[in-house]
Amino acid sequence: MQVPLSAYLILSAFLFIVGVVGVATRRNALIIFMCIELMLNAVNLTFLAFARFLNSMDGQIFVFFVMVVAAAEVAVGLAIIIAIYRNRETVDVAELNLLKW
Amino acid sequence: MLETLIVMLVKIVVVFGALLLAVAYMTWIERKVIADIQVRLGPMRVGPHGLLQPIADGLKLMFKEDLIPSQVERVVFLLAPSLSIVPAFIAFAVIPFGDTTTLFGLLAKPVALHITDIDVGVLFVFGVASLGVYGIVLAGWSSNNKYSLLGGLRSSAQLISYEVSMGLSVVGVLILAGSLSLVEIVKAQAGLYWWLGMLPIPRWFIFSQPLGFLIYFTCALAETNRAPFDLPEAETELVAGFHTEYSSMKFAMFFMAEYANMITVSALATTMFLGGWLGPIGPSPVWFLGKVFLLLFLFIWFRATLPRFRYDQLMSFGWKRLLPLALLNVVWSALWALRG
Amino acid sequence: MELVIFTGLALVAALAAMLVIVQRHAVYSALFLIITMGALAGIYILLEAYFVWIVQVIVYAGAIMVVFLFVIMLLDIRREPDPWTPPGRGRILTALLLSVVLLVELGMAVAQRLVLPPSGAPSVAGGFGTTQTVGRLLFTDYLFPFEITSVILLVAMVGAMVLAKKRLT
Repeated sequence: MQVPLSAYLILSAFLFIVGVVGVATRRNALIIFMCIELMLNAVNLTFLAFARFLNSMDGQIFVFFVMVVAAAEVAVGLAIIIAIYRNRETVDVAELNLLKW
Repeated sequence: MLETLIVMLVKIVVVFGALLLAVAYMTWIERKVIADIQVRLGPMRVGPHGLLQPIADGLKLMFKEDLIPSQVERVVFLLAPSLSIVPAFIAFAVIPFGDTTTLFGLLAKPVALHITDIDVGVLFVFGVASLGVYGIVLAGWSSNNKYSLLGGLRSSAQLISYEVSMGLSVVGVLILAGSLSLVEIVKAQAGLYWWLGMLPIPRWFIFSQPLGFLIYFTCALAETNRAPFDLPEAETELVAGFHTEYSSMKFAMFFMAEYANMITVSALATTMFLGGWLGPIGPSPVWFLGKVFLLLFLFIWFRATLPRFRYDQLMSFGWKRLLPLALLNVVWSALWALRG
Repeated sequence: MELVIFTGLALVAALAAMLVIVQRHAVYSALFLIITMGALAGIYILLEAYFVWIVQVIVYAGAIMVVFLFVIMLLDIRREPDPWTPPGRGRILTALLLSVVLLVELGMAVAQRLVLPPSGAPSVAGGFGTTQTVGRLLFTDYLFPFEITSVILLVAMVGAMVLAKKRLT
């Protein structure tokens, strides 16, 4: 029996929800970043599932571009986290509150 | 269905067993060849000409006391050697050892001498090699030891730097072969050139991609942490690098991983540049093994002869000299392919 | 058979993803994320993405996560004594309201059969999802985004180097 499209979509939705919960609850900037990557992976899965079930290669090409952009984003994001750590000695986002009124 | 499963299981067992034996006897071959280059004899006592030396070494390592320091991150500490050795062995699943064979007529259907042939074989080996970096970096970190951490980070920085040039150096081969599958790459090297109308030269890619082969071999030396790029694990540097706190079987696993990686990159270089299992006469696995041993001899020869690079020299060489050369090779191969 | 493989890989991916967000130490989170990405690469093979799965292994699991681990180890991130921020009452109410709205919407979509049925085996000239097809499309229909991504990568490299450089004063 073939795996139905809804199975892939449910898995993707679950991974996305886990990513969102991680971003909303954790305070460590690196773990928040990892949860963003988890969300990107969930979206990749959705793209590929629809590409296969709608018989269109557009989904796979888009996944390729998502991966490239994710790699670029990780490089710059981690560089920013390193720069923040050098300044404030912490990666706890609750401590980054200089602009808070 | 059952028959293909059994054939595959037999192939896996044979390849895995042969690889373990090869890794063990690589240590013996290395010691003997280095001894010969240094005009001495090498191991001679344990068995005739020291042939049982690897077994003695293995037993010694197994019976040594297995120390686990109290402040290490236990789970990662115990996991890291496996993370180092498993990718080294998995990469062999796609390497072709020979043509289809019927085992001298014993089998009804001809069986292909590779465990599997995926259509992205080259990328698979590179992907698995990049997973091998985790064993080193996690071993260095989990040891809870400044020197191990620095040694692990240095070693993995070296590995990921040379991975880039390694990937680019085989693009020329891919352009010539037209496929990422290793079996197709070997088949594209069949046939002969007739140089000056008289001299037959096989159509191996080393003759049409000499720069690619040189860059690939240099990167392979760096990827396997072999001399002259073996600063992270030289005994006189940084205590012992990332495997300082390891003893007994876990330490042995790191070294088995290094030798297995050596055999893997040699097998990959044979497949992509030296024509794989192609040879004029005789059984194809013999040709494959012969070429792999030739490259392994080169590895050992380099270790015995060359002094090692300093770390900053090593990184500067990888990024400032090899990477532009590899890119130049890609552009040159593309131009050559486009012109006809 | 495909169902068995999918169920196994999906359970691994879901479990590893849940374990990513509950670890006290960032290194264990990174390791579980690597497992999640590996399981997803397996699922991509089931979806006939014969090039994308190996790119996922090489780029995501083999490069991006290595960079994460490097940064965690260089910044010496320690075990967190108190990782969870308990949400306030306003936040819990907003979350419940949004979940109810989304569930109603999902119910309406399913009831109106907006979820598409699976079609037959996909087919594209050159094979669906093979390297040849992806390469051909990248250099013909999607050439402009392809060239733009090379510029993006250059900008990201320069940006990362400038931001993380040590100030030699």
